[in-house]
Amino acid sequence: MSGANASALIEIDGLTKRFGSFTAVDHVSFTVKRGEVLGFLGPNGAGKSTTMRMLAGFMIPTEGTARICGHDVQTDGVAARRVLGFLPEGAPTYPEMSVSGFLRFCAKVRGYRGSELDDRVQHALGLTGLQGVRLQPVETLSKGFKRRVGLAQALLHDPPVLVLDEPTDGLDPNQKHEVRALIARMAPDKAIVISTHILEEVDAVCSRAMIIANGRVVADATPAELEKHHPSGKLDDVFRQLTIKDAA
Amino acid sequence: MSNILTIAGRELTAYFATPVATVFIVIFLILQGAMTFNLGNFFDRGQADLSPFFTFIPWVFLLLIPAITMRLWAEERRQGTIELLLTLPITQGQAVLGKFLAAWAFCAIALALTFPFVITVNLLGNPDNGVIASGYVGALLVAGAFLAVGSAVSASTRNQVIAFVLAVAVCFVFAVASYPLVTDFLSRNTPVLAEIARRLAVLDRYQAFTRGIVSLRDLVFFASFIGFWLFLNTVLVDQRKAD
Repeated sequence: MSGANASALIEIDGLTKRFGSFTAVDHVSFTVKRGEVLGFLGPNGAGKSTTMRMLAGFMIPTEGTARICGHDVQTDGVAARRVLGFLPEGAPTYPEMSVSGFLRFCAKVRGYRGSELDDRVQHALGLTGLQGVRLQPVETLSKGFKRRVGLAQALLHDPPVLVLDEPTDGLDPNQKHEVRALIARMAPDKAIVISTHILEEVDAVCSRAMIIANGRVVADATPAELEKHHPSGKLDDVFRQLTIKDAA
Repeated sequence: MSNILTIAGRELTAYFATPVATVFIVIFLILQGAMTFNLGNFFDRGQADLSPFFTFIPWVFLLLIPAITMRLWAEERRQGTIELLLTLPITQGQAVLGKFLAAWAFCAIALALTFPFVITVNLLGNPDNGVIASGYVGALLVAGAFLAVGSAVSASTRNQVIAFVLAVAVCFVFAVASYPLVTDFLSRNTPVLAEIARRLAVLDRYQAFTRGIVSLRDLVFFASFIGFWLFLNTVLVDQRKAD
């Protein structure tokens, strides 16, 4: 790690993904420091999930690099994934497993054993309000609970870096509020990237907002600064202005 | 190693949490029994051995093992859990090995449940139990070979039907590689390949086991065969995981 980037836990440099002739992500570069919550915005298909997948080491970039806590996600992937909590798009979980069985599996893979494993699982269940359903098979849960199981898995090992793809999708307003409060509580010690379609979420939890359209970053500023881009001062209008202009 | 066992443990539990395990084991035992007793004339032969039993096992495996392996990776893709699994701090090789070992252990359980055959033959006569034991080792190795092929095929497609049909076809070719069906064709065109095919024949190697011959050469063959396909599996998972 270079001295200048010592506090940057996520470093993305010229990340590009092409599928045939289609460029899904086009030379995206940014860093996220400890204490920052980056809101990743953009229309469907803009390249948000693709960027997050490359950051998590799941997709191999066509060009560019990504580092988590200084570990390159391609060449030093296991070390990078150890310090990463990742919620994939749609929060996939093994449907036939019970909530605690699933979390125990994740904790075991992360190297926890015995009472520490129990503590980790208990803590994650507590953070996400899943104690009441911990013995239920995941497939019997509602969408909101499933999402929280995915979130619990990402928080299990208290990672310094969190990458959450639409963490509040499918939650009811109360649950959304809880998850946002949870993210805000964790924010000071972590570098967090969340993608979302809900613009008021950006105001509520993000210290920085990045708008991506057609694979390119079209805006990167604090939510307050972004709102000044449009005379109405509304993030909705800024979003529309930036993403539709770009698409045209 | 502990990661491999954790993954294998989760997989194996998943077999038994769904009807897959019950259906597979019941059908396997019925098919195997029907073949041995009816086609193999288990009783009428009047010999105290399990050779009719061992004759049919590779053919039953040829049909049933691709049914286990077709979902191995294709199902993870369909559910999206492949993204979760491969973003945990494990290597892809560990994921491949864990899944393979779980499937192999499951086949071992199914094989172990054929123990009534062994009891029957021991009650009716005095069989050579050493030959029976080496036959079981051979059957387990054939299962491993077919599983490794099927698992690699499953990683190459997201369609389970394609994974099943392709796995049956590839396993069949390797099973009968020394049979005239394959060698006649090859020796007409490329005699060198015919010789190689003869050496790669899974069933030839297996037949040595059923006669009670456990040779290091055959063990090395099965280990390299399984190793090769698992390596291919790892490469395919790496290349096609996000497709």
